[in-house]
Amino acid sequence: MPEIKDIILTYVKKEYVEEGDDIDVTYTTPLISGGIVDSFSMVSLKRFLENKYNIQIPDAKATPKAFDSVNSIIELLKEFNVK
Amino acid sequence: MAFQENVREIFKQELDAIRSGGIFKEERIICAPQGSDIEVEFPMGAARKKVINMCANNYLGLSSHPDVVEAARKGLDRRGYGMSSVRFICGTQDIHKELEKKLTEFLGTEDTILFPSCMDANAGVFEAVLTDQDVMIADRLVHASIVDGMRLCKAQQDTYKHSDMGHLEEKLQLHQNARLRLIITDGAFSMDGDLAKLDKIVELAEKYDAMVFLDDSHASGFIGKTGRGTQEHCGVLGKIDIITTTLGKALGGASGGCVSGRREIVEMCRQKARPYLFSNTIPPVVVSGAIRVLELISATTERRDKLERNTAFWRKGLTEAGLIIKEGETPIVPVMLFNAKLSQDVAKDLYEEGIYAVGFFFPVVPKGQARIRTQLSAAHEMHHLEKALAAFTKVGKKYGILHKTKQEVIDRYGM
Repeated sequence: MPEIKDIILTYVKKEYVEEGDDIDVTYTTPLISGGIVDSFSMVSLKRFLENKYNIQIPDAKATPKAFDSVNSIIELLKEFNVK
Repeated sequence: MAFQENVREIFKQELDAIRSGGIFKEERIICAPQGSDIEVEFPMGAARKKVINMCANNYLGLSSHPDVVEAARKGLDRRGYGMSSVRFICGTQDIHKELEKKLTEFLGTEDTILFPSCMDANAGVFEAVLTDQDVMIADRLVHASIVDGMRLCKAQQDTYKHSDMGHLEEKLQLHQNARLRLIITDGAFSMDGDLAKLDKIVELAEKYDAMVFLDDSHASGFIGKTGRGTQEHCGVLGKIDIITTTLGKALGGASGGCVSGRREIVEMCRQKARPYLFSNTIPPVVVSGAIRVLELISATTERRDKLERNTAFWRKGLTEAGLIIKEGETPIVPVMLFNAKLSQDVAKDLYEEGIYAVGFFFPVVPKGQARIRTQLSAAHEMHHLEKALAAFTKVGKKYGILHKTKQEVIDRYGM
């Protein structure tokens, strides 16, 4: 079984990195403050996490800060007992 | 009053943060009618300077056209200044219905409803038409007003990579359980100047039973052989379910917008769209000018043809001068500089040379994609473009960016 952080990293790369983009996304890459994911597009990441792990992330917790890197998303998921 | 010093301080700090972030916007004061030759006061209080305008949405050069001004003047005389009412109480005149009919004919749709602006059309249409059982699937580079409109709507939101039809297809497959699917795109994208692949989008919409929404604000009046917009250019006239567009750019440039499309959707907007229900519509003077604009551009394609020639000359000229531009065919021509400060410095030097164009950088465009966006107009004559080209070449030479690759520019100035 791949680790959760690898599942999320794979999703982020597939969903947000455009063909021809010269970006190497890692666990620590700033996604939102780095301009890879904008707040408008963040919604699909939220839905992916909710569907994949059968959780509901309230909007108050789905902040640009919480979604800013794969590592910070992992921290957020821990609050929902996803480890 | 509750606006004490501590409250003032909160806003001051926020404004300081905007300033230090380098994204503080300042107005340039134009002391002339809109056109190719304008007088600008910038910064406020500075001596007025005569410059060539390369950054207006005045694509057809109709903003100050004498026929349009005259029609507006007559409209003012015949139908007055204001309506003092929303549309459905006592704010609808015969000329509002006439303009809606003319827009329907021009766009080749079933019906049209006017809004105070296209921003308002986009803010109102989604909420009026869709419910929480539906899904909106938008191109990631759609205009900010669409993003706002989507946020006001209870339907599920999703996005696809810019103009990536494979990604759009995946999203359509993902959302087959929704009651209605609405694909949302701009016609011409305002920052890159590229056109939506509307023919492919319509094909996918038919395959996956989706509706298509098109904001054609940067295309109506000049894209397509007769200026009907992206839908004409892509050969899908009559196949777009919802079109929003503006009267604030090519179509006279004053203000106002509309939703045009399927009869029932337009009727839903009349019943439910909040910017239509709770705001005055376009004033008679602007309606009268806009009617004249539609008459002018329906009678001849002369202006859009001239714009097309100007665009071709400008794109070729910049490329031959050695500047990097975003390839395309629209009169939105971004000159790529990649570095934010460089884009500001070049714009400043161009202004000194008498050319008015604006630099854009993150967060308006993605990081590392700073540029100067130039926009052509049918009001540009060859001498305007030649002078502008000479200025771009001179400033480009000063910064050593002519005939360089993207990587060479980035190596010198950074992203």
